[in-house]
Parts: sequence; structure tokens; C-alpha cells
Amino acid sequence: MEIYAVLKVIWAVLLGVLLVGLATMVGMDMGVGTLLRFVGRNDAERRTALNIIGPHWDGNQVWFILGGGAIFAAFPTLYATSFSTFYVVMILLLFSMILRPVAFEYRSKVDERRWRETWDWAFLVSGALPMVIYGAAFGNVLQGVGFHFTWDGQYYQDESFIWYLLNPFAILCGVLSLALSIQQAGAMLMIRGEEPIYGRARRAGVAAGFVAAALFVIGGVWIGFVKGFAYTGPVNPAMPATPLGGPAVAMRAGAWLDNFHAHPVLWVVPALGLIGMVGAALALAAGKPVLGWWLGACAWIGTIFTAGVAMFPFLMPSTTAPSQSLSVWNASSSAYTLGWMLVFALIFVPAVLAYTSWAFHVMGGKVKTEAVAKNDHSY
Amino acid sequence: MIDPTVVDLSRLQFALTALYHFQFVPLTLGLTFILAAMETVYVITGKPIYKEMTQFWGKLFAINFAIGVATGLTMEFEFGTNWSMYSHFVGDVFGTPLAIEGLMAFFMESTFVGLMFFGWDRMSKEAHLAVTYLVALGSNLSALWILIANAFMQLPVGARFDPQTMRMQFDSFGALVFSEKAQAEFVHTSIAGFVCGAMFVIGVSGYYLLTGRHREFALRSFRVAALFGLISTLAVITLGDAAGREDYLVQPTKLAAMEGLWTTTKPPEEPWKLIAFPNDAKQKDLFDFSIGIPYVLTPLVTHTTTEAIPGVDELQMEAAARVQNGIDAVLALEQYAKTKSPNALSEFQFYEPDMGYGFLAQRFAPDQDLAKVTPSNMQEVVTRTAQAAIPNVFVEFWAFRIMVAFGFAFLVIFAFAAYYSLRNTIERQRWVLHLAMWFIPAPVLVALYGWITAENGRQPWSVFGWLPTFQAASTHSVGYMVFSLIGFAVLYTLFIGAELYLMFKYARIGPGGAEERTAPAAGPALLRPGYAAKSWE
Repeated sequence: MEIYAVLKVIWAVLLGVLLVGLATMVGMDMGVGTLLRFVGRNDAERRTALNIIGPHWDGNQVWFILGGGAIFAAFPTLYATSFSTFYVVMILLLFSMILRPVAFEYRSKVDERRWRETWDWAFLVSGALPMVIYGAAFGNVLQGVGFHFTWDGQYYQDESFIWYLLNPFAILCGVLSLALSIQQAGAMLMIRGEEPIYGRARRAGVAAGFVAAALFVIGGVWIGFVKGFAYTGPVNPAMPATPLGGPAVAMRAGAWLDNFHAHPVLWVVPALGLIGMVGAALALAAGKPVLGWWLGACAWIGTIFTAGVAMFPFLMPSTTAPSQSLSVWNASSSAYTLGWMLVFALIFVPAVLAYTSWAFHVMGGKVKTEAVAKNDHSY
Repeated sequence: MIDPTVVDLSRLQFALTALYHFQFVPLTLGLTFILAAMETVYVITGKPIYKEMTQFWGKLFAINFAIGVATGLTMEFEFGTNWSMYSHFVGDVFGTPLAIEGLMAFFMESTFVGLMFFGWDRMSKEAHLAVTYLVALGSNLSALWILIANAFMQLPVGARFDPQTMRMQFDSFGALVFSEKAQAEFVHTSIAGFVCGAMFVIGVSGYYLLTGRHREFALRSFRVAALFGLISTLAVITLGDAAGREDYLVQPTKLAAMEGLWTTTKPPEEPWKLIAFPNDAKQKDLFDFSIGIPYVLTPLVTHTTTEAIPGVDELQMEAAARVQNGIDAVLALEQYAKTKSPNALSEFQFYEPDMGYGFLAQRFAPDQDLAKVTPSNMQEVVTRTAQAAIPNVFVEFWAFRIMVAFGFAFLVIFAFAAYYSLRNTIERQRWVLHLAMWFIPAPVLVALYGWITAENGRQPWSVFGWLPTFQAASTHSVGYMVFSLIGFAVLYTLFIGAELYLMFKYARIGPGGAEERTAPAAGPALLRPGYAAKSWE
């Protein structure tokens, strides 16, 4: 296999890793935002919940920015096409993402009921909406999107946006993603929270874990009937990265299961997801939130890599011009760029993981309601 | 067909969201180092007032930082959501510094900023100081990578066009990172941020001194920031000259517009125009009126007394000469894309250096189709393309002048502020304090004029000389753009309202919470000369 093809595969895997990082860390914060009004019945409790992730949300959010940056650098055509074809939902996602930092920083700086209530609703919207959109985007990509390219590489959209907002499979994926984020938030709130937040977070986290498991199974069965995509002939993985003039692609129900049939060992991936969801729910129910958090992370790994394995090598198939479907082979950067990016990723991803762990270690321990009220820097 | 309305709305949205974001960035860049400096004094001397200073300015920093982070996300999204052709065309090069920025800088800044605010009681003084420095380092490294990316749009180096993939491909990491353009932009921009931070601190401190509150705190903050600001302003002006010379060397259209040069200059007596009203439609100054200083422009720009600076007339002729070849390049490229014929490829390669001008001509061709350019309409296409190759001179000329004029005004303010502060008589110079207070927003606005100078001057190109802005936009409907523009307008208006409200609220409250804790302003001990000098002990 040529080095270029190897680099493409490495970056496809790294893309998955970044999406997992994003889902686990940002998802957790979003889940806290979604649960804020539920776990915190009064202002003091809500502030406590916010301060549990207070020192970390900013760093976590960078997973999201890095996800965007890495897609831009490693799969520029995917970045250009997906962000533009999903314009309306991407803008809604963006609005949520810019509302959240401001909500964190500004909510508790004014001691007035209506001000804080408003920001608490902002937390709910900016927590739940992005997670639904995140999942729904996967749901839509799995079903293929209507777009084509002209000779110069400009994309054109071939379908209306209502279609990709409102279709049952995408909504199922969106709710699955929301449930996983709530599970992760439940675990975190239990780790650092005390009663009554602890108990409420446990109820939400356990329920979310079982809901997620059920949706994941339903989605898994459903995907067998969704029209998947497959190359009809031999493909050169080291091909120049352009969606134009590529090999033929066929649409066929059940094609997304081809990889699993060809390599049965891959069933481990969805199994990991399912075990993570159910295991996390049981761990939270048993009062073991740290174990629950890590099992929740496994649930995300299993879910995102299940989608990736099913679609591989496709990244964003086209229903209206299947041969222009974006894949790991034709949407990537040049070997030179992938190589340089890999060097930086190998140095800095471990560094990021190290200092993020340190930050969680430094800020470890229960967050006390009285301490939040006293500290000048609290949210 | 590209809808010109969509392109205009996309440009409007990008410009407004970028300018909005850029209101908050410079203050972040500057305040981080001022916080680090204050905390360093605290760690060395152990005086609690420096901890209080770090924490108080840190709180104002946080209010600004949150909205800066939030609105920065917009920028990262918009390349994909609104400039898909751009992202496809240069993502291979441009995406790399953006991704590295996230990995290397933004992660560091954002992770440690949480510890900076929440970790005071959880680690040693030294560890906390290190955290503060990492935030400062992270935010400035972030600016470095962003400006490396931006400099690529101004001067595309380290990449070549690949007809097989129909995009620019990265071929020299070193050329991209060590681009002189990038270095010149980075130092000029980040130090302009230091000026914003310094003006903010002397302005708010000046307000306390004027109202006789938090005296000791304000005097010390004032001095740290006045010195920091003076040095930074001197550096910004010097580095601005270097940036201008860089424009002369690699973006002559930008320089001609900045200086309002309709015709090529006559060295050495060519005046530097102070005031003129450039009329872009007629390509001359209104009433042919201008006030300038003779013999200044040539040495200022070229650093010689003999070089002529090309004006709009000459640059348009140069552009016109490249349009025909450019059209041939694009047509050959299209043929190659469709047929993979080696003949088309070699024809394209022959005309390749002018390809950008072919793309630039596309919007003026019948039905935006270069194949429909015939000898009969060629002249019109060439003329209109050549005219389009020059950025808006009026905007460029005045954005640049406003920036420069304010830059020198800041120098004067900081010079007086530093002088009187070192002599411990700053409280008697109430006019300096008033000026400092009223000038708080000025460096931020001037930074915005700097952005306008840099980016308006880049027009009509997204990637200078290669990809016109007109071609770079996503193919959206007008409805999409109206939806997002309205959303941004509503959200951003609410944000700026909340931001200003909190800034004023916390600046008024002052350090140490609501209760006044400083001694009355008339306290005799505090009025002794030389008192503030001890702050360095």
C-alpha cells in the first residue's frame, strides 16, 4: 500500500478520535446545560452544577474547534461541502455554540432572577440543540446527501434543507446523541456533586443510558434497510484527491453492513458501544460514577466508530451524483499536508491529553454549594 | 452561475462577524501579558495588592475573553459554510495552520484559563504564575497561527496549483510559516493588542484616580500599563512601517490604494497625501484636491529616493495584459478537467501564471462563461476585469490614515502617561487621566481599521492573484443568507449589550468587591512624593 493511502487511513481514524473527543468532552458540558434546570431546582444548586464543569468547559470546547480545523486541513473537500450543504443546521449549531460561552461567563455576574432565568434557558437550548444536530448530521450522512460538483470543484446542492432537517432516521440519531450527552453529564455531576444534585443526576444518567441503548439497537436494525453506498469496481486508495472523475458507486440497501460481513471481527465496535451504554447506566445506578463516565466514553467510541466502520471508505456520499461521493480516498488533503499534520498531532494530542488530565486532577473533589457562593470567581 | 447578491451578502456577513470578533481579540492578547506581569510582581515581592490587581483585571479579562472565544467559532465555521470554493481550493494549505492553532495554542489557552480563574487556592503561587503565562503564550501563539493563515491569503507561498486535484497543494511548510508577510503581520497585530490592553488598564485606572477611589491600586496598575503601552506603541508604529513595505513589495494594488496613487509616482518629490477624497468611479481625487507633504512618500514606502511606486493606471495596464492569457488558462484547464487531454494540460501550464486573471474575468463574461468571450466583446471584458483588479481606494486610503493618525495619538498619550506616572505627579495631570479614559475604545477601533486596511486592500482576491473573492463563495440561495444575517444581527447585538453592561458594572465596582477598601484619597501618607515608586521594591 502506498504511503499516501496509509496517511489517508490514519487521518480517517484520527478524525474519528477527534469526533469522539468532541462528543465525550463537549457532549458532557452540553448535557450539563440540558440538565441544568432539572438537577438544579434553585439558584444555588444551579450554580453548583455549572461550577462542576466551570473550570473545564472552555478547554473542552476546543475539541469542537479542533474537530472543525482538522476536517478543514485533512479533508478540505468534505469540510467545504458538508458545512455548506448543511448550512441552516450548521448556522443553528454555531448560534448555540456561541451562546454557551457567553452564558457561562455572564449568567451569575448579575444577581437578578430574570437575568439568570434567561441564561438558564439559553443553557438548555445551547446544550440540547447542538447534540441533536450533531447526531442528526451523522444520520443524514449515513443516508447520503444530494449534491454534485462542477468541473472546477464548486459544489451545488440538489435538495431542499427541510429534507435533511426532518427525516425519522436523522431524528433518531439526534436523540441518541442527546441521550449519550446526558449520560455523560449525569456521570460528571455525580463525580463532583453532592445531594440533591447527585441523586437527580443519577436518575437522568441511568435513564439516558437505557434510552441510548434502545435507540442504538433500533438504529442498527434500521441501517440494514437504509440504502448504503459501495464502489462497484476496484479503487486505487492512493488516487489524487478529487471527487471528479472517480470510480463508479452503487446505492444498495444494506450496503452499510458490507464491511461487517467482510470482516466479522468489526462487530466488536458496535458491541463496545452497546456494552458502554448499558454498563454506564448500571454503573451510575450502582453509585460508581467514575466507572460510569469511562463506560460512557466507550459508548461514544463504539457509536461513532460504528458509523465510521459502516461507511468506510465513504465520508459523505451523494445521492444525486453517487460517483462524486466524498470518501477517505478522494476528499483528503495531499500527502504532504497529511504528513505534517500527523507530526503535529503526534506531538500535541498527547500533550493536550496530559494537561487536560492535570487540570481535572487539580480541580478534583466535590464542589460545595457554600464554596461556590463564597468564591468571587465562580460562575 | 454565481449569484452576485449571495457573494455580496456572504462578504457582508464575513466582514461583520470578523470585525465583531476582532473587537475582543486585541484586548485579550494585551491583557494576558499585563496580567502575567502583575502576577510576576506578586510572586517576586509577595505583596497582596498585586494579587488583587491580577484578580481584578482578570475578571474584566474574563468578560471580554468569553465573547472573544464565542465569536471566534464563527470564523472557523464560515470558511466552510460560506466559502466552500475557497475551502476546497486552498484547504490543503490554509487548513493546516488553523488546525495547528487549535492543537498547539487554543487548547493550551482555554484549558489553562479555567485554572487561572478557578485554581488560585489549588496550587502554589509559582504554579499559578506558570498557568497565567501559559494563557498569555497560548493566546499569542493562537494569533501567530491565525496570521500565518491570513498571510497566505495575502501572499500565497508554500503552495502550487495542481490541475489534477483542481486546487492549491501545500509544498513547503517552511515557506508558509516563515513567510515575511506572516511575520510582519503577526508582530504588528499582536503588539497592537498590547496597546489595547494597556489603554484599557490606564483608562480604567484613570477613572479611579479621577474619582479618588482605589488609589494605591490604580496608581500601580496605571504605571505598569503606561510603560507597557509606551513600548508597545513604539513597536507597533515601527512594525507598521515594515508591514507597509511588505505591501509595497508583494501587494502593489493594496499599496496604491492605501496611498491613493492614481498614477505612478515621480520620485523623489512625490508628496505623501494627508488629505484627499478618492473617487473610485472616476479614478481621481474629488476636485483633484489633495494636501500632502512633498518628498516624504518615496523614502517612506520604498526606503530609497529613486524607486517609483506603481499607481492605479500602471497596475490596471499590467492586469489587462494578463486577462487574455488568464482566459486561455481557465479554458484549457476546463478542457483538461473534462478530457484529461495532455495537450490541454500543456496549454494550461503555458498560461498558468495568469490563471487567476482568467477567474477574475469570469464574472464579466456573457453568462459568466469564458467560452462566450469573443474577439468582439474581449475588449470590454479586459477593461472591466482590469478595473476590478484594484481595491476600493476611498475605503483603503481613509482606513489607513485613521489607523496611522490614532497610532501617533496613542504614542503621545502613553508618553505623557508614563512620564507623569514615573514622576508621581499623574494625579495632578487630570487631562491625561481624562484622555486615557475616553481613549479606552480607541485602540480597539483602530485595530478594526487595521483589519479593514489589510482585507479591503486584498480585494478583489480571496487568495491574492489566484482565487477571486467572487468565485470563492458557496452557492447558497439569498434566503439562507438572510436567515443567517438576521440571526447574527440579533445575537451579536444582545451580546455586545450584555458585554458592555457587565464591563461597566464591574469596572465601576472596582477591585475588592462592592465595599470600598482603599484609604480616603486625602490620606497624608499616600500623598508623599515617591510613594508609588516603592511599588517596584
